[in-house]
Amino acid sequence: MAEPITLSLTVNGESRTLSVHPFARLLDLLREDLRLMGTKEGCGEGECGACSVLVNGQVVNSCLVPAVQVQGAEVVTVEGLAQGESLSSLQAAFLTYNGAQCGFCTPGMLVAATDLLRRCPTPDDGAIRDGLAGNLCRCTGYSKILDAVHAAAGEGEAAR
Amino acid sequence: MIGASSIRKEGRAKVLGTACYTDDKLVPGALHGVTIRSQVPRGILRGIHFGEGIPWAEVTIVTAADIPGQNRVASVVHDQPFLVGIGEEITHMEQPVVLLAHPNRLLAERARNAVRLEVEELPAVLDIDASLELRPLIYGTANLLKEIRIAKGDPESVWATAAHVIEGEYRTGAQEQMYLEPNAMVASVERTDGVAHVTVWGSLQCPYYVHSALKQLFGLPAEQVRVVAMEMGGAFGGKEDYPSVNGGHAALLSWKAGLPVKLIYDREEDLACTTKRHPSRTRLRTAFDAEGHLLALTADFVLDGGAYATMSPVVLSRGAIHAAGVYRCPHVRIHARAAATNTPPPGAFRGFGAPQSLFALERHMDICAVKLGLDPVTLRRRNFLHTGDTMATGQIIREDLDLDGIMDRALAELGYHDKKAAHTVLNQEDSPLKRGVGFAVFMHGCGFTGGGEAYLASVAGVEGCPDGTVAVLAASTEMGQGKNTVFAQIVAETLKVPVEQVETAEVDTDRVPNSGPTVASRSTMMVGRILQDAASAFRQSLIQQGFLTEPYTPESFREAVRRAVAAHGSLRSYGQYHRPPNIQWDDATYQGDAYPTFSWACYAADVTVDLDTFEVKVEDFAAVQEVGRVVNPMLAEGQVEGGVAQGIGWGLWEEVTTRQGRMINNQMTNYIIPTSADLPRMKVVFLENPHPAGPGGAKGLGELPMDGPAPALVNALANALGPLRLDEVPMTPDRLLERCEEVTHG
Repeated sequence: MAEPITLSLTVNGESRTLSVHPFARLLDLLREDLRLMGTKEGCGEGECGACSVLVNGQVVNSCLVPAVQVQGAEVVTVEGLAQGESLSSLQAAFLTYNGAQCGFCTPGMLVAATDLLRRCPTPDDGAIRDGLAGNLCRCTGYSKILDAVHAAAGEGEAAR
Repeated sequence: MIGASSIRKEGRAKVLGTACYTDDKLVPGALHGVTIRSQVPRGILRGIHFGEGIPWAEVTIVTAADIPGQNRVASVVHDQPFLVGIGEEITHMEQPVVLLAHPNRLLAERARNAVRLEVEELPAVLDIDASLELRPLIYGTANLLKEIRIAKGDPESVWATAAHVIEGEYRTGAQEQMYLEPNAMVASVERTDGVAHVTVWGSLQCPYYVHSALKQLFGLPAEQVRVVAMEMGGAFGGKEDYPSVNGGHAALLSWKAGLPVKLIYDREEDLACTTKRHPSRTRLRTAFDAEGHLLALTADFVLDGGAYATMSPVVLSRGAIHAAGVYRCPHVRIHARAAATNTPPPGAFRGFGAPQSLFALERHMDICAVKLGLDPVTLRRRNFLHTGDTMATGQIIREDLDLDGIMDRALAELGYHDKKAAHTVLNQEDSPLKRGVGFAVFMHGCGFTGGGEAYLASVAGVEGCPDGTVAVLAASTEMGQGKNTVFAQIVAETLKVPVEQVETAEVDTDRVPNSGPTVASRSTMMVGRILQDAASAFRQSLIQQGFLTEPYTPESFREAVRRAVAAHGSLRSYGQYHRPPNIQWDDATYQGDAYPTFSWACYAADVTVDLDTFEVKVEDFAAVQEVGRVVNPMLAEGQVEGGVAQGIGWGLWEEVTTRQGRMINNQMTNYIIPTSADLPRMKVVFLENPHPAGPGGAKGLGELPMDGPAPALVNALANALGPLRLDEVPMTPDRLLERCEEVTHG
């Protein structure tokens, strides 16, 4: 068996140093080593987006990222979106507008939507559809997700 | 409470990422299970060989010889083995033969690849036509998993004299449920003083189905088997029957190893081996008089049932009953067969046979309209069922039914008539872009078919908790449809307390009674109604025992529950399904009330076809339905929007490609489901018409939205492109190109 390697990175604002299998994926590191179970595996080949996380501010499919690539990186998962008990505006909007049904795509969808609103604070339907096209949802038909993102964007506006 | 868009009960955990799905469960010391499957469609298993380079002594190995009870999966028919034994018949490419488990996931994977099966191959049946022609015989005496006949009047008396007799053949493909969470199970077998207790935690719709399967597999009494439903990442029927198989497998590994086992499928395995929507072939023959009144209808409805019966008998039943659709017809014959093939067995998928037969009929009605020289709106209007009319099984429509109103509203929402006129002008231009509009009118029976609900005799209850809240006790599972929330609303309305005072008990067979499977659009209407009765009895008992006096406030109710629980230790009230006296069904003749009621709908689509690429874009979609009273409008809209998306996928893109009966595009990369960029906003309208049998007037909703999109879309394609052979779904770009070339090349 291959020798483990040591990695240091920041996850949801916290510095972590850990020893992982050299072929581990970022998804394995998060779920198995850090027990951050919010990030889901839906396909293991970068199609569904359920494993989306932010690495240095960019959305990635964590099932496609070798753990060795995140040495020194800042990683944000769904667990890093809320401030303590207080939901982010997107999380609150997904709850209010029924943006989550079975909930399995939701963590990745929230991460991707967080990134989208950062890049494009007041997206129209088309921009949201494009921005979230890498995140599959089988329950909602996406309309309620669009509603939630619009609502969160509106709230962001009001807050500024 | 009923009628309010209450917030999803488990929604907060879902947006925080803390909701615990099966693979999220921390199981210290768990082994990782893997499954070795056959690689031929049919043959006799002659040997199992364990290759070099694996420390086999460390690996838990389970074969058919290790099964302590019956090697048959408890289902409608007990024909499917959990594992094929030496000397027994392999009947499809993905048949489980050996199970392995090891503490190291990577080693378990390597071990899987080191097992070789020795099989004496036999000729296989891979499609409906070969099965019906007995090339060769593989199941029973006629390759039929089930056969059903429905008869009303005498169609033979009509053909010779009718003004028009129109025939057609229609096909629909398999469809993958593609729940985002692949199938997953955790099992633990504990032995104390020689007594074994089997527990399975999993992603499953029907805890008591799995419970029955485990009892039979291990030969254990009910109290030694426990099934717990974890948070579920979607199901759509795909976790109705299969969990009895993989739940059994996980438990077998744990039984042998003496340690807990996780059996988590990756996407490729899930797609290759688990159930799909049944492929279908429907031949229709209809007779009309000169004015376009439907005089007779015969349907030869065949499903590809795969290697074992699984849910095929009941899928076939629902498909057969829906085959005559929403039309008044004096003479009907329906002949329905589920044909056995050497393919992984299909199973339950939202709609359950109805989308297949309704696609055929609603497509056929448009083709008939063209041949009769009538508008599709006029032809349907001339033949709709009305209150007092009799359906094919002899069921009389007792409720107020206004199909004209439903259709007119859907057409108005889409702007059907204006768009149709505008598209006709536009389509004359020399452009590769062609536009079309189309629609379908349909129904979906609520709850189990025929005598099913009486047979289930479901039980559900409510329980007072020490903190004064009330817990819902039901085995119905949450798969995203909103069961937790809707049940809480129904109970809260009955108790006259806020919905926050009602929670759902964990779905654990040690705690909740058997409220039946979470299927068949039955939870809200059937289980909800039982809960209403249970909650009513609960309140009565608080009053009779002097804990509660009317009128009361939410706080005084909470206090009453607190005191009652403190005094009695526990306080529960149960209700049970009772067949209403006016509902009659005869399973031998297929006559009577097939369902307590139906939900009704008209869906309309506006599409653009690009004749350079043969891509189809859905520009607009209207979904108008009558589902009784809507318990939670926001959740209900979500159900419709999601169902329409799935229906659009089935109609246009989702193609299961097979080799020797096995799915070979078993990846999300090449099995295409709709993304956010592929769909329009949908216009969803509920026309409310409370039904006395449902809680607060509610009827079933979950499956209805799957039935309408495919025929509406293909009718729209026909409107855009004219007389092509558009008789099949999915109408992928490849297939559409083929059909266009048929016309060009003759």
